[in-house]
Amino acid sequence: MALQSLDIKQRSATTTPAPSVRQTTEVAKLIDVSACIGCKACQAACMEWNDIRDEVGINYGVYDNPVDLTAKSWTVMRFAEVEEGGRLQWLIRKDGCMHCADPGCLKACPAPGAIVQYANGVVDFHQENCIGCGYCVTGCPFNVPRISKDDGKAYKCSLCSDRVAVGQAPACAKACPTGAIQYGSKSDMKDYAAKRIGDLKERGFAKAGLYDPAGVGGTHVMYVLHHADRPELYNGLPADPGISPLVSLWKGMAKPLASLALGAVALGSLFHYVMKGPNEVSKESEREAEKEESQ
Amino acid sequence: MIRDPKDLQRYTPQERANHWVVGISFILLALSGLAFFHPAFYPLSYLFGGGTWARILHPYIGVFMAFFFVLMFLRFHRLNVMTKVDREWLDRVGEMVDGNDHNMPEQGKYNGGQKAMFWASVVCMLLLIVSGVLIWRAQFSPPIGLVRFGAVVHAVAAVAMIALILIHAYAAIWVKGTIRAMWYGTVTRAWARQHHRAWYREVTGK
Repeated sequence: MALQSLDIKQRSATTTPAPSVRQTTEVAKLIDVSACIGCKACQAACMEWNDIRDEVGINYGVYDNPVDLTAKSWTVMRFAEVEEGGRLQWLIRKDGCMHCADPGCLKACPAPGAIVQYANGVVDFHQENCIGCGYCVTGCPFNVPRISKDDGKAYKCSLCSDRVAVGQAPACAKACPTGAIQYGSKSDMKDYAAKRIGDLKERGFAKAGLYDPAGVGGTHVMYVLHHADRPELYNGLPADPGISPLVSLWKGMAKPLASLALGAVALGSLFHYVMKGPNEVSKESEREAEKEESQ
Repeated sequence: MIRDPKDLQRYTPQERANHWVVGISFILLALSGLAFFHPAFYPLSYLFGGGTWARILHPYIGVFMAFFFVLMFLRFHRLNVMTKVDREWLDRVGEMVDGNDHNMPEQGKYNGGQKAMFWASVVCMLLLIVSGVLIWRAQFSPPIGLVRFGAVVHAVAAVAMIALILIHAYAAIWVKGTIRAMWYGTVTRAWARQHHRAWYREVTGK
């Protein structure tokens, strides 16, 4: 890749190492759920910058709008009303791709180069290589990728890889009016989160913490949660996400081994033929059959 | 064309056509499926016009094959019921593989190995059809747990099926005088006498 900022670290369906001489700083987006007011400026900024306009849907009687991620809505605010200690709490989580360090989508993808992870940690879909099989959906622990009904390709948040590549913050972070979405190096974001968490703890949220789940090797989209001990409160954010063991089995060592086994069956047959010779109809069988015919 | 009026009819034209429809579908499915199985095989997708075309076509070819496989199953399943002699044959398959088939137990139209192969491919095909529907993302969206399970089952059953068919094809190449049964339907009397003595007696009365 010409741009250092777009150096690729992992590439789907590719078994040889990616260029790895240059070292780039890992970036991250930090979503401070405690500072989010649910204005959806991030959603609007996302559609503006990425030039995507979803169908105008219907109101389901909740604030979530659209009600789910789609191929044209790469981020949605999910609103949860939770009663905690006799107090109603409105937990608003900006949902979208978490940009896992160990991405299940990339692991599952059979099309070379359809999913890449840049050296800076961003996981990006390259739709021109996407074949539309939906294996990324099968592999994702967060239920994020969506297959477009228009072109059969998979889409999700790109962390504005085009902006990030030239040193700009993602559109959502740029638009957020309360500073609930921060962007920078992953270590800076962790430092920033630590301050916010300290503040929240002082204000009575004893279990406040950072959501950077180790099960997927950490993520490049992190949350500051007031109830980090129960992430499920935030519209089912998984407490301990990881690539499903079934997906690991499906995409792990079994496949190269099975491929070798198939090769062994084919070659074994060839050598059986060469070493044992064909199973011909014997002269004896021919004589006997002829004798019996004439009887 | 009658090659030799004394040859024995082993397959009707309908049976042969059915077999080849299934066979061709299987080859197309194996090639396009392997393309998604492991990156080493991805170039096979170009035989179908690229990855996206391979992805679109594979499940439709699968539905097509499933239909004709069921038809073939209905034609042949009665002839593939396992008997005591078949099990005895399977116990001694080592001798056969070693190239010494003269003392093998007498076999009917199909030997124990062919019958085992028939039932194993029926099981694989059943698993492939069900799991294939589960992972056909363009048409269905079952719960994610089922899709993941389906993906594993589909891959395992496909490998087993490819291995079975490789063995099936090799057996036909190895045992001379066999392939013509699937091309134009007949085998020689000597072939039948040597490999399927009980069937030979049945059709010739000898």
